[in-house]
Amino acid sequence: MAIDFSLNVGTTKSKRVKSDKLYDTLIIGGGPAGLNAALYAKRKGLQVGILTQRIGGQVLDTKVVENYLGYTKITGEELMREFEDHVNEYDVPISDEMQVKQIKCEEYKEIHTTTDEVYKAKTVIIATGSIPRMLGIPGEKEFNGKGVSYCAICDGSLYQDGIVMVIGGGNAAIGSALDLSRIAKKVMIVHRSTFRADQILLDRLNEQKNIDIYLETEIKEIKGQSKMTHVITYDKDTKLEKSINVEGLFVEIGHVPRTEYLNGLIELENNGEIIVDSNGETSEPGIFAAGDVTNVKYKQIVIAAAEGAKAALSATEYINKGKH
Amino acid sequence: MAMIDDNSKNQIKTIFEQLKEQVNVVLIVKKEECETCSDTQTFVTEMTDISEKLTLEVLDESDDKAKEFGVTMYPAIILLDKDNKDYGIKFYGIPAGHEINSFIMGLIEVSGAGEQLPEDVVKKIEAINKPIDIKVFITLSCPHCPGAVAKAHKLAFMNKNVNAEMIEANTFGEISTKYNVSGVPKIVINEDTELLGDQPLNAFLSAIENL
Ligand SMILES: Cc1cc2nc3c(=O)[nH]c(=O)nc-3n(C[C@H](O)[C@H](O)[C@H](O)COP(=O)(O)OP(=O)(O)OC[C@H]3O[C@@H](n4cnc5c(N)ncnc54)[C@H](O)[C@@H]3O)c2cc1C
Repeated sequence: MAIDFSLNVGTTKSKRVKSDKLYDTLIIGGGPAGLNAALYAKRKGLQVGILTQRIGGQVLDTKVVENYLGYTKITGEELMREFEDHVNEYDVPISDEMQVKQIKCEEYKEIHTTTDEVYKAKTVIIATGSIPRMLGIPGEKEFNGKGVSYCAICDGSLYQDGIVMVIGGGNAAIGSALDLSRIAKKVMIVHRSTFRADQILLDRLNEQKNIDIYLETEIKEIKGQSKMTHVITYDKDTKLEKSINVEGLFVEIGHVPRTEYLNGLIELENNGEIIVDSNGETSEPGIFAAGDVTNVKYKQIVIAAAEGAKAALSATEYINKGKH
Repeated sequence: MAMIDDNSKNQIKTIFEQLKEQVNVVLIVKKEECETCSDTQTFVTEMTDISEKLTLEVLDESDDKAKEFGVTMYPAIILLDKDNKDYGIKFYGIPAGHEINSFIMGLIEVSGAGEQLPEDVVKKIEAINKPIDIKVFITLSCPHCPGAVAKAHKLAFMNKNVNAEMIEANTFGEISTKYNVSGVPKIVINEDTELLGDQPLNAFLSAIENL
């Protein structure tokens, strides 16, 4: 039995953000964007803190990262530990297990959490990233956790020698299909149009014998009893519906930004993404945003991190100009 | 060959400096039909060797002493405090992979160095006055799972009415099928209330209140 360890209980547990202190900038979200924003803000001399649900963000759900410059191949978790350790070198207070439910613009910015704590800062950097997009089809909610999964690395091992399906056509979907092909007997990958993943991943996909590919195919409904047992697919070319037996369905069709708690405070795109200018400024003075939560088109670690740096530098400039 | 490499051992050693009092770890194994018992024994032995504050007692399921813990699946790990007090904190299956984190957090908790919770949350936990049994189904490759396990164990530590166990779903296929586990972490409270995902403590508490 191969045993590996993913040790991440911190050795240098950071201090927590204080509610009785006025910060120069508070960052909401502890993914790549938030962590890099903290590093840049702190090095500029700002009083900075991070409020987040988890430290590491979505990258923790990624098995391997092969496109972060400087690391040929690293697990998502290790990369995030490097990020966190780097930030911890600078004594930035980080409060995890904190969910922000509202931001108010009073004399200063007030950040309210679901546990009813209030934090104050002159500026706020929003880096709350995104959550998996749902298919929005009948049966999806009913069978969530009963066959339908949004985390292939978490639940994949429950389908040893099983029949599973991955929905989606991007890098995340192809990556999951490849991982699952080593566990399950058969993997199907279904996508409504053509693949938009990196060629290097598609090459690997085509080499795997136990992966069947269905393109131009939609998924209409998920069916079952106490667990899902099959799905109804629709082939857009032949216009035929089919019922396919599937034990596990992994949904990897992109993400939706986590902006629901902003309640109209700042301007959003129709799809919920925060509108930022090229410096990470939002429609509300003193509120900046970075990473997957914004309308910057490409959602990648290196991009989110870089956008976080930009937002921090913009916040610094805002404070130095005495605009708050 | 050592299961935990020197680099990880050194990291764990630093973390174990947080341990306050002694923790007595009990591992219950079964001679036959237990694929993961010997690996688990090696793992727990190596872990407990890292700190002088940790002791290990390995029992066979047939030992009288093992029966006192009411354990039905093997391997089972139970964490007792320095006075051998049983808080109802169990691990069924090897807590390796991601779960090494909840194992370490459990040890720190039982040593008396667990994280201090806000007063109102402590009050709510102490007010639980009915028997609560929490099962947390996990896989070793799940990054969200240790959080759910650690929270369940914390509740067990803080209130004697609460028992909490981690169950590795791939090792214990039968019970996982019985509880219809196809996504992890899956939290089952008193047999019929189910929560999916790493829920905040408040979600555990309101599920318990609503029982
Ligand atoms: C399966 C998968 C594989 C991927 N693979 C790669 C890859 O190989 N290479 C690559 O470059 N990118 C990859 N990505 C994309 C990459 O993970 C994201 O682009 C990146 O994580 C975005 O960073 P972020 O900081 O903007 O947001 P996130 O990583 O989403 O972090 C947001 C943080 O905000 C917190 N949060 C959210 N709402 C609140 C709230 N209300 N209150 C408090 N905290 C909150 C969350 O807990 C989280 O910690 C992958 C993504 C997935 C899902």
